[in-house]
This record gives sequence, structure tokens and C-alpha cells, in this order.
Amino acid sequence: MKILVAVKRVVDANFRVRVKPDGSGVELDNVKMSMNPFDEIAVEEAVRLKEAGIATEIVVVSIGPAKAEDTLRQALAMGADRAILVVHDGRTDSLGVAKALAVIARNESPDLILLGKQAIDDDTNAAGQMLAALLLCGQATFASKVAIADGKATVTREVDGGLQTLELRLPAVVTADLRLNTPRFTALPNIIKARSKPLAKTTAADLGVDLTPRLKTLRVEEPPARKAGELLASVDDLIAKLRAAEVLP
Amino acid sequence: MILVLGDGAATAHALTAAKQLGGDEIHILNLPPNLLAEPIAQVILTLDGYDAIVSPATSTGKNVLPRVAALLDVMLISDIIEVVSPDTFKRPTYAGNAIETVQSTDAKKVITVRASAFPPSSLEGIKIVEVGPSETTWSKVISEEALASAGPELGSAKVVVSGGRAFGSKEKFDELLQPLAAKLNAAIGASRAAVDSGYAANDLQVGQTGKIVAPDLYVAIGISGAIQHLAGMKSSKVIVAINSDPQAPIFGVADYGLVGDLFTLVPELTSKI
Repeated sequence: MKILVAVKRVVDANFRVRVKPDGSGVELDNVKMSMNPFDEIAVEEAVRLKEAGIATEIVVVSIGPAKAEDTLRQALAMGADRAILVVHDGRTDSLGVAKALAVIARNESPDLILLGKQAIDDDTNAAGQMLAALLLCGQATFASKVAIADGKATVTREVDGGLQTLELRLPAVVTADLRLNTPRFTALPNIIKARSKPLAKTTAADLGVDLTPRLKTLRVEEPPARKAGELLASVDDLIAKLRAAEVLP
Repeated sequence: MILVLGDGAATAHALTAAKQLGGDEIHILNLPPNLLAEPIAQVILTLDGYDAIVSPATSTGKNVLPRVAALLDVMLISDIIEVVSPDTFKRPTYAGNAIETVQSTDAKKVITVRASAFPPSSLEGIKIVEVGPSETTWSKVISEEALASAGPELGSAKVVVSGGRAFGSKEKFDELLQPLAAKLNAAIGASRAAVDSGYAANDLQVGQTGKIVAPDLYVAIGISGAIQHLAGMKSSKVIVAINSDPQAPIFGVADYGLVGDLFTLVPELTSKI
């Protein structure tokens, strides 16, 4: 079984971004970049399926600047077999990304496509669902458990009010939620080995896809700041303050 | 004409956003339970004449509308917090640290709405569109596990009390938070760390990728305040933080803070209100 995993290079989850003073975007110079944490979980799940003898090949793909090669190398170090980089500078949106991934999926014919449920930069949460739509296949978003057997995927999803377990015919698209697994630490020998794993480069033009975002970003601004709060000395003080603010009876 | 996906209490909030889009008529699509994204998307494609399709950003809305958008070849406008004009919207990015104003160039708008950012509208007099059960061969539900929760629903509660890893065990989490929540008629929330540690169910997670809440009062107990957690609650009207570490980032967004041991402060608070 072949697995395709899509990964995105994003601002590191622990870094608090700043909005540029001219409102044109966020400051990305000299900012630590990492693999989107949900995508890292998706890669880990693919590697575990390979280690369990279920998957035979893992292909990772990313759409982004030349530097996104680092992100793909990390996925290769985790255990993916080869990588495809769609070199693209500038913004993308989920629809363009899904279209590019759909072309790659048609070329690669994977049995399972794994993605993170959401990129932590634009927070859209759509690429996986859109890819499933374009490929006319089933989707299981927000996955916390994945099992593959007899050409089917059984996926437990985290939904409002509980858990839902689906059975999907393969090929299918699954998007990873936080509790699917804990990604492994990549040891140095694997990082070195990953440098010689195959990485192919292509472009949106080669794929015949237009990555121009459909949403025009007019302005980016800081959220309204909260005024500085105060530390109180006792529970009684707190109750008095909350009564004064009319949030306690 | 605008179609709003009906999904529980959040529908009334999405309706408010839909009204701000203008348009002469709004219909609500009633979804049968257990209907998956694949058949709903197909059903919506057969409904003609809608200029916008709007859903609350619930787990169903987030699952279904991107699929609908891709089938219509339009870009989803996700998790809006403000309608600036019928084609221009504000939405949070980077865990709420940057608010983007985006303009859609697509003829049809497909939008998910952050329920906590819009007050509810009355559903009275709105035409309901019913669809029957349908399925595709791509996927089927084989089981569902409902997580029982007492008290108000987290997404729409006026008061939320949330606990973090500092509780140390599920027993302590329940023993200390449940009486406080009951007294305040509050919903219980949790940090990611508390959910990962098994103190609380996954659908109680407040944060960037969990529930986004904006109650009148949010009480964060034993929660340090990671960026991802703050993204889920910093629009609350009044925020209270109780934490033993005075340097915890949660105090940076709290209106009122108590530094101390939650195991003594929480029972004291519960007994005095």
C-alpha cells in the first residue's frame, strides 16, 4: 500500500508572530520555521503504518519556497521514502493547494492520503476536505485513530460531543488531529540518511495548476489588545471584583 | 438567497452573520443525524439558486463546507469573526495573533462562522429545507460514542471554568471543577495538556484547534496559557486566572489573577460564591 502525505512549512508553533506595521502581513524574516505540527502527526502515522507492514511506500509532498526542502527532509528523516516539492513563492490558499495535490495524487495513485487537519499559520482547515472532493473519494477529518485492513480504513474522528468511527473505502483522505499519535524524535543518523533520499522538484505550472489565491488579503492587523489585569490578594477580593463587573450574582 | 447549515445552538449565531450578507431570503438546511460530508456535499450541489452557503464552524461545518466549496470551485472563507461587507470578512489567523481582512473574488460565497463572534438571531419564520437520509459508497458511520456532559454547552455557555495540567489527575479535575461549575452554571473546559493527560474529554479542549469560546466570564485554573490556548478564549469578556506561577502567560490576558495553590483556592471560591 502506498501513502501520500502532504506537509507544510509554517512559523514554529511556539513563536508568537508580529503583524507588520504597514498591515500587509506578518513579519516572517528571521522567524523559526517548522513542519506544521498536524502534518508531523500525519507523517508519523504513515511511518507507523509502514513499520506495521501495512504501507510499502511513503511519498511526502510540499508546496512552498525552496526552503520547504528542509521540511521534506525532516519527513524523510522520520521515515518517508521520497519527496516531491512544488516550488512556489508567495501565498497560496487551500483550493490551489488541493488542486496541486490532486494532480500529484492522480500521478502517484496512493491508497491513502494523510494531511494535518489544519495549518497553524492560516488556520483554514480545508485542504484535506477539498482534496477529497477533487479526487471524488471519501474523507475522514480530525482523526484520532486510524486502522487499515482489507482495503478499508477505519478512522475514529474527534467531533463535537464525542467520537465518531467511520469505515472508508480506499483510496481516501484522512486528516490528523492532535491525539492521533506523538511524532518521533528524529535521530542524527536518520537525518543524515534523509539527505540522500530522492527529492523531486516541480512547479505549479508543470502541474497545470494556478496557485493564485482566490481570497484577496486587504489588510492584516493585531487583534484588539486586552488591558493589563491585576493580581488580587484573596478569593474575597476576586469575588468583589467579579460582582462589581456584574459577572457574578 | 442564502443557505445556512443547521447544526445545533450555533445555527442562530451563523444566522446573524448570514443576515449581514444582505440577500433577500435565508433558508436553513436541516441535516439528518449521522449524515457524512460526502452525501451532504452532493445534496447541497443539487440545491439551486443560493448565492452563499453559510455554516457555523462546528465540527460538522468544518468537515462539510470545504468539500462543498471545492466542488463549486470556490475558496472557503473560514471561521469569520466579522462581516465587513457582503464580499469582505475578518478572520483570525496565526492562533488569533493576526486578524486578516479578506475579500472573496468568487461568485458564490462558502463561509464558516465563528459562533462566539456573533450574537444569536431568532430562527422564527425562517424557511427550513429538509433533506432525507442519503449515503455514498465512499464512507459510512460504524459507531458513535457520545461524551456525556452535564451543564450548559461549552460553545455557548455564559460562564466557562477551565482546568489545566496542574490538577494532576482526572479525579481532582472533576472533584474541584464540577462543584464550581455547578454553582456558576458554567460549562467545563480544559487545556490541551489536561485533555492529553486524560483529565477531560477531547471535545472540551479550548484553543486554536479546539473550541473557541467567548463567554462573559472565563475562569482558567492551573492553565499556564500557551498561545494555542489563548487563541480559544481571549475574546471572553472577563478572564480570571488562578495559577501558582506568577510568571504564567495566562496572567497577561487575565483581568483578575490569583497566585496560589488551586487545591485550596478553588474550594474556597466554590464555598464563597
